[in-house]
Formats: sequence, structure tokens, C-alpha cells
Amino acid sequence: MRLLFSALTIACLTFGAQAQDKIITIASTTSTQDSGLFNHLLPAFKAKTGIDVKVIAQGTGQALDTARRGDADVVFVHAKSAEEKFLAEGFGVKRFDVMYNDFVLIGAAADPAGLKGSKDIVASLKTIQAKAAPFVSRGDKSGTHAAELALWKDAGLDPAAAKADWYKEIGQGMGAALNTSKAMGAYVLSDRGTWISFKGKDGLIIAVEGDTKLFNQYGVMLVNPAKHPHVKADLGQAFVDYVLSAEGQKVIADYKIEGQQLFFPNAGK
Amino acid sequence: MNEGSSALALVLSGDPALYAIVRLSLVVSLSAVGLAALVGLPLGGLIALTRFPGRAGVIVLLNAFMGLPPVVVGLAVFLLLSRSGPLGSWGLLFTPTAMVIAQAVLIMPIIAALTRQTVEDYWSEVRDELNAMGVGPLHRLMTLLYDARIALVTVLLAGFGRAAAEVGAVMIVGGNINGFTRVMTTAIALETSKGDLPLAMGLGLILMIIVFAINASAWALRLYAERRIG
Repeated sequence: MRLLFSALTIACLTFGAQAQDKIITIASTTSTQDSGLFNHLLPAFKAKTGIDVKVIAQGTGQALDTARRGDADVVFVHAKSAEEKFLAEGFGVKRFDVMYNDFVLIGAAADPAGLKGSKDIVASLKTIQAKAAPFVSRGDKSGTHAAELALWKDAGLDPAAAKADWYKEIGQGMGAALNTSKAMGAYVLSDRGTWISFKGKDGLIIAVEGDTKLFNQYGVMLVNPAKHPHVKADLGQAFVDYVLSAEGQKVIADYKIEGQQLFFPNAGK
Repeated sequence: MNEGSSALALVLSGDPALYAIVRLSLVVSLSAVGLAALVGLPLGGLIALTRFPGRAGVIVLLNAFMGLPPVVVGLAVFLLLSRSGPLGSWGLLFTPTAMVIAQAVLIMPIIAALTRQTVEDYWSEVRDELNAMGVGPLHRLMTLLYDARIALVTVLLAGFGRAAAEVGAVMIVGGNINGFTRVMTTAIALETSKGDLPLAMGLGLILMIIVFAINASAWALRLYAERRIG
């Protein structure tokens, strides 16, 4: 029992100490976390401002809901229409463009629909449907999921509603979706950042890239203190200001894996 | 064997981030066991020693709650602690404290139900003796919990095993925040999703080794105590 009590004491001391610090909570997406951007950006932010950041990495839809409940100070996500809805509901103060990257259509090396090298995502989706080639959808209301659904709409198709058996909604994060598509030999839409940093690329290829429809914009918003008075508005605003500043933008541009830049800053453009 | 060697390399590398994750896992799960024991041991003992209407129903309920799904517990605690929930003003969501609460809720029924069973078994052995001595109810409870202490270590271990192994509850209420609420199981889930399967497997092996070591020490303690008591 004594051991348990000392463990409890240690626990209280540890947690108590951390509650005192300058610290904010950011609800963000699995893509910014899984790609390693935050591990690169947050130490630079902390060095500049002394503010610690806790990142909750969820799909964009879930991240916005976390902020709606008042459980985050800042949101940093990538689904513009969902973000604008969030703003219109009064939960955000103002939305700013931060950076972009692009989506790529990943497929098994065997490329069952013969898409490799295509730059036309809409035609490629039509081919996938025509050949009933397996396709993995995030199915989790994330930014990538929203982008994927918009592309199917552009193609005039709706495999989710049709419950097509080649279309699998897995309800998981980007990395898990890549793992699944690899195991199933399926196509999957991924943001390029997660793809570049993904460690299990063997057996997967980029099937389609370079279409302007695959553009992926990230935005940042301070959660509205008028809705949730406990929001740390000053510290949260400091983060927003930092990622939009010339310095923060450069830190984002400098983040590379194997020589490839993952995110392209475009604040104020 | 790639996974095994990478696990070994991880341990030997002395990576401070890894040790912080291991430490947090232990602190959270042990605290949860402590908290759950404070409630579960007396509760289980009390049910064992008393007779009241609806007792059978309470026992069945407690036994059924041993199988509480961690995600359901996590979701319930999440809704309670969220800023929009009834206890939101405490600001506990996405903290280690929230994880301790969720795991304690998860394992309290396990500890209470197993304690009830254990104490009842002891009770049938010493009932006549205690009755003859005219020992009061509270004293009776204390005596039996003390007598059963070695068997109850196994009960606490069962609770610890459940707490250390679950991922659903701590993921929801902790948020898997790097350096703050990331524990072994959520780290394994994250590395799996990043496609770093060898690292995930390595972390899994470390977790299993820790759980094994704790159980082995508890077993050694038990053997030692049994020998002393004779």
C-alpha cells in the first residue's frame, strides 16, 4: 500500500507542477503530427516565446469538435469549408491561411487500375470505379476525407452512398489508412506530408499527383474566448502570430524529410 | 528478429523520451490501481460480509462491470471532464490526472468483484471464530482484508494488468499528447499508424517486459510472505 501512496504522491506532484507552466492546447490533424512538422515547429516556438504546446492530433472534423467543446485554445486544420462553418458558428475568432501541401493518390505497386503517371484525379477516380479497384477511404470526417469526398463529387460518383464493395471506409487516421491500403492492395488519398514521412512505403507507389484539384490548404484559428472564457487568448494568439510571422513561415519551409519540403508557407498570400 | 533487436536497441539507447513514456505509463496505471483499491477493497469486503436485499443483483452487476469496454469508460469520463461537461471547470481533460481517473473507473469493479470473492472465501473459514469473539463489523472487515492481503495482491495485479494494457480510455481522455499524456499503449498505436512497425513492436515488447517484471516481483513477494507466515 505504501508503494501505491508514494506513486499517488509522485503523480500529484508531477501533474501539479505542469499545470503552472505557460501552456496551450492545439487541436490539430493527424497529418501535421504524423508528418513530424510539430516536432520541428514547436521547439522553435517554445524557444522564441517560452510557451509549451500540447497537441491533440485528430481528424479535422474531430479537432474542430474538440475546440467547439472548449477543450482547445487554437485549431490548426485543413478543411476550409468546415473551418468556415466553425467561424460562422462563432467558435473561432478569425481564420488565417498558414501553408499548403498537396494530396497524392497512393496505390499498390501492382497498380490494378493502371493509373500510374496520371495527372488527372477525376478521370482516375472514374477508372477506379469502372474497374471496381479496391479503394480505402479515411471515413473519419478528417480534412483528407472531406477532400476525397469532394473529388468523388467532381467525378459525379458517390461510392459511399452506393455502398460499393470495393470502397472501404476504415474510420482511422492517415497512417492507418496507408497501412490498410498496403495490406489490401487498395488506392488511398493521402496528404503528401504524411506519405513522405510514412515508414512503410514498400509495395506502395504514387499513382496520381500534380492535379490542381489536389491542393491542400491549412488554416489556423484562435478559439473564440467569447464562447469559452477559459481559452488562453494571449498565449493562443502568440502561436497564431508566430506561425504567420516571417520567422514561423521560414521554420515551416525549412522542414524537410530526405531533402523534400513537406509544407509550403503561404500566410497572407 | 528485426523487431526484437530494435526493441533492445531502444532500451539500450537510454532515450529520455522513451523513459518519460514508460515512467508516465507506470505512474498513471499505479495511481489508478491505488485510487481503485481505496474504493474497491472496502467495497468488495463490505459486500462479502453483509447481507441485504438486492445483494445478488449488486454482485452480478459488479462482475459484469469487470468487462467494461475501455473506450466506453473513456468516452464517459471525456464527457464529464470536457469544458462543456459538468466537471469542465476543473480543466482536467487531456491531463494525466484524467487518465488516472478513467483507468481507476475501469478497474475499480475488477478489484471490488475479486475482493468480494476472496474475502468471502476467507470469511467461510473464520466465521465461527470471529462470531465467537464477538468482533464488530468494521473490525471484521479490517481483519479479513488483512488476513487476505497476500491473495489481494493478486487482485491488485489483475487491476494493474488491465490498466497498463488498455489503450482506448487513455487515448480519449489523454489525447496522446507528446511528452505530456503519451503512454506506452498510445505510443504503440501512434507508431503503428505512422507505419513504423518495428518501433511499435519494440515498444510493445518493452511494455510486456515491464508487466512481466512487476508480476514476477509480486509473486516473489508472495512466496516470501507465505514462507514467513508459514
